[in-house]
Amino acid sequence: MKHLRSIEELDAAGILSLLELTDHMVEINARPIPKVPALRGKNVVNIFFEDSTRTRLSFETAAKRLSADVMTFSVGTSSVNKGESLRDTIETVQAMGVDAFVIRHKSSGVPWQISNWTDASVINAGDGWHQHPTQALLDCYTIRQALGRKGGFEGLRIAIVGDIKHSRVARSDVQAFAALGAHVTLVAPPTLLPPSIAGWPVETSQDLDSLVGKVDVLYLLRMQRERMSEALIPSLREYTDRFGLTADRARRLGDSTLVMHPGPMNRGVEIAVDPSELPGNVIIQQVANGVAVRMAVLFQLLGQGDSLA
Amino acid sequence: MTLVIKGGRVIDRDGERVVDVVIDNGVIAEVGTNLSGDRMLDAIGCIVSPGFVDLHTHLREPGREEAETVETGSRAAALGGYTAVVAMPNTEPTQDSIAVVNLVRSLGERAGLVEVMPAGAITIERAGKQLAPFAELASAGVTLFTDDGNGVQDPLLMRRAMEYSLGLGITLAQHCEVSRLTDGAVMNEGSCCSHLGLPGWPSIAEELMVFRDIELARLTGAGIHLLHLSTSRSVELVRAAKAEGLTVTAEATPHHFTLTDETLRSFDSVFKVNPPLRTMADIEAIKVGLRDGTIDAIATDHAPHPQESKEQPLDQAPPGMLGLETALSLALGELDLDLLQTIALLSWKPAAIARLGARHGGPIAVGRPANVTVFDPDLSWTVKPSLLASKSRNTPYAGRTMRGKVRHTIFNGDAVVVDGTAQR
Ligand SMILES: [Zn+2]
Ligand SMILES: [Zn+2]
Repeated sequence: MKHLRSIEELDAAGILSLLELTDHMVEINARPIPKVPALRGKNVVNIFFEDSTRTRLSFETAAKRLSADVMTFSVGTSSVNKGESLRDTIETVQAMGVDAFVIRHKSSGVPWQISNWTDASVINAGDGWHQHPTQALLDCYTIRQALGRKGGFEGLRIAIVGDIKHSRVARSDVQAFAALGAHVTLVAPPTLLPPSIAGWPVETSQDLDSLVGKVDVLYLLRMQRERMSEALIPSLREYTDRFGLTADRARRLGDSTLVMHPGPMNRGVEIAVDPSELPGNVIIQQVANGVAVRMAVLFQLLGQGDSLA
Repeated sequence: MTLVIKGGRVIDRDGERVVDVVIDNGVIAEVGTNLSGDRMLDAIGCIVSPGFVDLHTHLREPGREEAETVETGSRAAALGGYTAVVAMPNTEPTQDSIAVVNLVRSLGERAGLVEVMPAGAITIERAGKQLAPFAELASAGVTLFTDDGNGVQDPLLMRRAMEYSLGLGITLAQHCEVSRLTDGAVMNEGSCCSHLGLPGWPSIAEELMVFRDIELARLTGAGIHLLHLSTSRSVELVRAAKAEGLTVTAEATPHHFTLTDETLRSFDSVFKVNPPLRTMADIEAIKVGLRDGTIDAIATDHAPHPQESKEQPLDQAPPGMLGLETALSLALGELDLDLLQTIALLSWKPAAIARLGARHGGPIAVGRPANVTVFDPDLSWTVKPSLLASKSRNTPYAGRTMRGKVRHTIFNGDAVVVDGTAQR
């Protein structure tokens, strides 16, 4: 595997082997000095055209723990001057010698474009509404860890709730969860679903209440305020009533139901209770697992068969 | 000096015959067998037809000369077999005044490769607020008006434009797109955009305006030409309007009958175009429309963009693709039409819509202006962007092998393309 631009570049076995590699990384991260020389001499360049402190720090930390050299550019898209194309930007950086680009961009497809212009590996750290494969991997890892599962997700029922249409997390998670054998239900009003989900391995529902208590994982997506002005929902209040994790719904969740969120949360909108009071809350584990999963991805792409110390 | 086109199979609206054609002083002087002239253009195995007319060319000059100039675009057109192109008005400044229109026309005359017919804008600066001076521009020879790049959004303004056009001897042409429905849109709305996470460009954004303008044609009695139909429902609406006898004409581009939205799975912005590439079902409907006469013309919507502007994220890259040098080959290779029908769609039918029939698209007959295309329908060639005459390289057909190529183009009696090479 050269790039990780989309979860579709992995099959179930590929996902599982990355999750197993993540176990090693978790073990390394638990050491007094959580650092191994595995990627010494490799140059990893993070280019964040869209700001995301959390994802950026997670990738930086992952690369450093594997002893790679890391450079990070935060390029506000507005600051890319008009005469310089995206390709110019990449070629300028490429000239410094790059083994992997980690790319975050508000526009779908940018990691694909970049992979046509460079010999380096390209890791997608989130592109538009399209893909966020390391998020999907850390979500899979978190579920696996929390439920003590070793193999796939056969028999697991997962509901992904909210703004599917604009969510790269949803697109990546659907593919990863389904590849591992889970049964996925998308819960959203039709305005927040993509125009067509023909061929997606999912069911859809608008009735969160009928699913609460029946699913093993309740995955809440971030609901952005501007969706109201786009006439996608009448109001955030109505959204919370229909699709939010309210106190009433929280009471009806099983003790073992995992509650997940890709962050940052809109408290009072998609989640109207204190998540720390939910027995199945694994939101903080999602964040914690991010570093280990990204170490696994970097090692897989750049490690060239070197063994982990 | 006389020019003789020897041994070709002439196809025009009067039918077909194998004859030689002698051209003298800009007009067809003689048609017959065993003719000779001072200079001979071999046409054995080739089709000799009236020159092609492109209803929809973006030449970019003035204002965007880094993408194309009147001269480079004219050269691409001549190499594609065109003897006339309608130059779209989305220049900077806009072709909404005599001065700009005359500038573009004179740049065309200076290049001397094809007739460049500047289209006028329907509204000042294509801003959709105030009518451009139709009569004044018509008196300067402008015959086609459009805000292409934008649809005229305001139904009242469009109604007035159509009413005011009556009796002026001009054609109004609409870029059908309800912009409120395509805000931020990148590609066809459907399963592909859903998968790729790209904002969808729904078919209905086109169809609503097609429907509106058909109804305005009914109301006002004015004609309307609908640019670049891309959806099956648009084709149906036009078919129904024609069956009712309304004065509605339509065009389709080669890319809309050869490429689908699936091409964008590559995330290559060369496939971003307005209106967007649609589905196989839409392609089939457009092909049927071209076959049954619902769609009157093949138009290129030749839209050059420099490489650096296309090397942007898809949502920022400008829409548009080259078309002049590949249209004939795609029409021959993809439509399954007989040659007469294919040439009609490329030549005399668009000439009539642009009101250029006196000079272009007419029969190969004595006394007619010598605007003639000679093409080899069987020659196969491979598209190499670097070899195209256009100043830009944004062809979606790079590397594709096509059948059929222009051999000679005669514009106003002048052999501007000989054996596939531009002469100026
Ligand atoms: Zn247009
Ligand atoms: Zn156009």
